[in-house]
Amino acid sequence: MKDIAALEKNVPAAALTYDIDSVYNDFPILHKPIRDKELIFLDNAASTQKPQIVIDTINRYYQEENANIHRGVYYLSEVATRKYEEARETVRKFLNAASEKEIIFTSGTTDSINLVANAFGREFFKPGDEILITTMEHHSNIVPWQMICEDTGAKLRVAPINDQGELLIDEFEEMINSRTKLISVVYVSNSLGTVNPVEKIISLARSQNVPVLLDAAQAVAHTPIDVQKLDCDFLAFSSHKIFGPTGVGVLYGKEKHLEKMRPFKGGGDMILQVTFEKTTYNALPHKFEAGTPNMAGVIGLASAIDYVTSVGLEKIHAYEKMVLDYGTELLADIDELRIIGTAAEKSGAISFIIDNVHPHDIGTWVDRDGIAIRAGHHCTQPVMDRLCIPATSRASIALYNRKSDFDALASSLKTIIEVFR
Amino acid sequence: MDELRELYQQVILDHNKNPKNYGKPEAHSHDSEGYNPLCGDRIHVYAEIEDEIIKSVRFEGSGCAISKASASVMTTMLIGKTVAEAKSIFDGFQEMITADVNSSPNYDKMGKLAVFSGVREFPTRVKCASLAWHTALAAIDKSDDVVSTE
Repeated sequence: MKDIAALEKNVPAAALTYDIDSVYNDFPILHKPIRDKELIFLDNAASTQKPQIVIDTINRYYQEENANIHRGVYYLSEVATRKYEEARETVRKFLNAASEKEIIFTSGTTDSINLVANAFGREFFKPGDEILITTMEHHSNIVPWQMICEDTGAKLRVAPINDQGELLIDEFEEMINSRTKLISVVYVSNSLGTVNPVEKIISLARSQNVPVLLDAAQAVAHTPIDVQKLDCDFLAFSSHKIFGPTGVGVLYGKEKHLEKMRPFKGGGDMILQVTFEKTTYNALPHKFEAGTPNMAGVIGLASAIDYVTSVGLEKIHAYEKMVLDYGTELLADIDELRIIGTAAEKSGAISFIIDNVHPHDIGTWVDRDGIAIRAGHHCTQPVMDRLCIPATSRASIALYNRKSDFDALASSLKTIIEVFR
Repeated sequence: MDELRELYQQVILDHNKNPKNYGKPEAHSHDSEGYNPLCGDRIHVYAEIEDEIIKSVRFEGSGCAISKASASVMTTMLIGKTVAEAKSIFDGFQEMITADVNSSPNYDKMGKLAVFSGVREFPTRVKCASLAWHTALAAIDKSDDVVSTE
């Protein structure tokens, strides 16, 4: 249930919180010591841990409900089909999509973007057309477009960012023109934590009638999303970044677009009738789900969404902001440390570098204190090039992280700074 | 934390801070570029080889302490060696850093390279230690391709 009453009264963030101990206890892996140390998991932007309820749901599926879905006329197939389609309804409600036809299960965000690139881009882009992205995109929102541009003669254009890691919205606006056929932008940057002004981006796109795809991989577990309110044309996310299993993702697409798009993959389940002369395609959303889908994964994802919804995304959003602000302040206090990505609106991640200590050495060092962070370019090499750094260390949070996790990180970082001095 | 101290021995930290033979030389007969796509580490190794003898080796690039120290120590090891000796030293080095954690090998014959024996406790860091060596061997072999750890 949304805590709208609290939101309306503009009560302090503390009132918009949840029982962190109880949430922390829902995740069994967090209670498994790493080399006799308590695990402090700060690599949630890469993948999140799973609550017991999700693990149990997947177990139960394989123990009691497993059979191939659709067209099976026996009990188990009916159960599995019902659960699979109920999961679609769970996702629809979660995103507030207008129809279940607009929810397509994929293998992840990358697969979702590739679906649009191939079924929309390859179909409709012509030589000279433009696709607009930003400098802070993940490789998964760069490479599929480059491939389509190579094949269609369309051109990939990249909107710049400033030194703080914020999109330069005026430049972005100027880059939208009559040749722009699609805008594909990341909602929250995985390497910098920047929250892009997606409402503004979409309204600029609307004025020129350009469809918008949002890469919401780093947004779904942290902020409520309403695709109708946003009015985005496509939205992609991955299950494993919202406490669900790996190998599953979602593509939301407006029905009017999906109807016009040709299937991306051919195979079973996506057809109505097959003869060697002609094949007619199945209706939405099935025409984009060729082959036996990841049934256990999809059902697991629904369970993860139920879990997140039961905690409440408004509360998660408020709580995480408090933890992130605390961590940011603590890390910024370390003289030798510089935070990379200081956008006014941030969510989920703190990237940083330390004078004379390479991110990889930092990663190895804090790991021995039981702390999991990521080091590298985070699949965003163009951002690293733009900011003239080879790599960063990144601490990224989820709903189960506590302020004390950053106390531990800061303390571990201080020892490596001392050793490398 | 013992393994960590063994990995980041003072010798390694010193080479990281003040690497030997760092920077592009004025002249070289062989060179190669190495790249680790996992972490973005890049290294360029330059060598002057005459009659199968390595007269000088220098390097430049960015990387973690392990990769930088490894490159630095490597340059000091290779100068004056024959190409065949260089390859044999690398084989021993590779064997040492990938040795089974539970084995207790004798590192005496590894000389200065023994400081990298702790790397075997950290499988994710083996490539950091070997990048400079792969790149140097590619330079010696006159391979023009960029060397990748993947």
